Amino acid sequence: MKFLSGMCVCIFFFTVTGFTQGEAELVKKVRAKLDKVNDYQASGRMKIDVSFINAPESEVSVYFKKPNKFKVRKQDGISLLPKSGVSVNLNSILVDENYTIVAAGSAIIKGITAKVVKLLPLGENSDIVLTTLYIDEKALVIRKSSVTTKESGTYEMEMDYGKFIAWGLPDKVVFSFSTKDYKLPKGITFEYEKGGKKQEQLKDKKGRVEITYTDYIINKGINDTVFTTDK
Amino acid sequence: MWRLIRIELFKTFKKPRTYIAFAAIAAIVFLVQLAMYADGRQYMGFMLQSVEQSFQVSGVVLNGYFICFLILQTLLVHVPLLIALVAGDMIAGEANMGTLRLLITKPVSRKGLLLSKFLASSIYTVLLLSFMAFLSLFVSIIIFGKGDLMIMKSEMVVILDSKDVLWRYFAAFGFAGISMITVAALAFLLSVFAENSIGPIVSAMSIIIVFTILTSMDIPFFNVLKPFLFTNHMLNWKGFFERPVDYGEVLRSAFILVAHIVIFVSLTFYIFQKKDILS
Repeated sequence: MKFLSGMCVCIFFFTVTGFTQGEAELVKKVRAKLDKVNDYQASGRMKIDVSFINAPESEVSVYFKKPNKFKVRKQDGISLLPKSGVSVNLNSILVDENYTIVAAGSAIIKGITAKVVKLLPLGENSDIVLTTLYIDEKALVIRKSSVTTKESGTYEMEMDYGKFIAWGLPDKVVFSFSTKDYKLPKGITFEYEKGGKKQEQLKDKKGRVEITYTDYIINKGINDTVFTTDK
Repeated sequence: MWRLIRIELFKTFKKPRTYIAFAAIAAIVFLVQLAMYADGRQYMGFMLQSVEQSFQVSGVVLNGYFICFLILQTLLVHVPLLIALVAGDMIAGEANMGTLRLLITKPVSRKGLLLSKFLASSIYTVLLLSFMAFLSLFVSIIIFGKGDLMIMKSEMVVILDSKDVLWRYFAAFGFAGISMITVAALAFLLSVFAENSIGPIVSAMSIIIVFTILTSMDIPFFNVLKPFLFTNHMLNWKGFFERPVDYGEVLRSAFILVAHIVIFVSLTFYIFQKKDILS
């Protein structure tokens, strides 16, 4: 009986280890694919869907440079990017190898079967508590990710791929996140209650940012000043 | 008629008090621009505090369009006082100087005389607003440049594309023109009753101050009154900075203001026609 129990534990241990090794290999391959991109400049359209922000859909330029510099700029305009999602790019999710990989089965994302992999950060000071990746094994790309942080709650990204799939770069990213309350005193904003019907209070604390990329310029070099200046 | 209007405009612009309004507007606009140029970043930091809790803001928020919006918000509440200064003097000033009786002995109808005076007040109002528009919009654009307009409201942030802003300012200034002519019409009406210009000027100012206070106080009892106060509708120039613009509400307010103008001017005509001019 003891022998049988020992065998079961051993089989379970080797199976789990084997699975995890397989997932680790998968993450490594995805990372290797993303690592081919040192920098990129992309053009796209950004749509913000947040209860307290009323902004038009706009043309934006997106800049990325290794290891995790990221900027969204609107030509002569204003762009808002969720703080939690300064890493709206995938490249910064797998920026280092300081995590433990746990296999979590598989799931279907938009009709595509994806391996579910959980990354547990090893660093004590990391803001990220848990990252869940849904990896398309065939294309070696991340279809969806969910990142739970200490400060900014959980945010999710869903990616659609097209002509830049070879670089692991998506054609469309939908970023969902939690927002904090927005309120300014009416005395500062010079707003007066007009009387009549009351405006409804905005309560939805979930936000969505959608970037649809139209073009990428990859590995052509980007000046660091792009990430520090507003113009 | 045009000749009469020209004479009225000549008389208006001959008085030094006419230029007080222009000087006051220039001073306020210049001070706001100077303050924003020197310390605008700190001000923006304060205004954006709440947004920056969740978002990283990229781009130049402190641009000419934003400065103009800030100036309009602070200044348009006070401009009526400057309008009353001239419109309240139109009839009472003549009575005070003893020239009103002389004027109506001329071969000009009372209606014609009044109309020319009211139109002269309206032209003065439009000139004052154009001067304000030039300083607050075009000079601000020259100093701070153009860009998207970010409006921080108490519960909402509205971002307007830079290409979608200029027409809104023209429309807002047009609406402000109707608002200010309403004030001119009120001061003009009060001017009929007095023999001295101080009375109508102070009365018009008092009505506007009381109504503005009622408009700005967020007390349920006053909220019931607000739809009936013309000062409440005067603030609807801001409607052009909504996305999308609620044309129904803006046009309704514009209509109510025009109705006020018609009522005030008609009353002025009626009273002046019946009035026994003794001075």
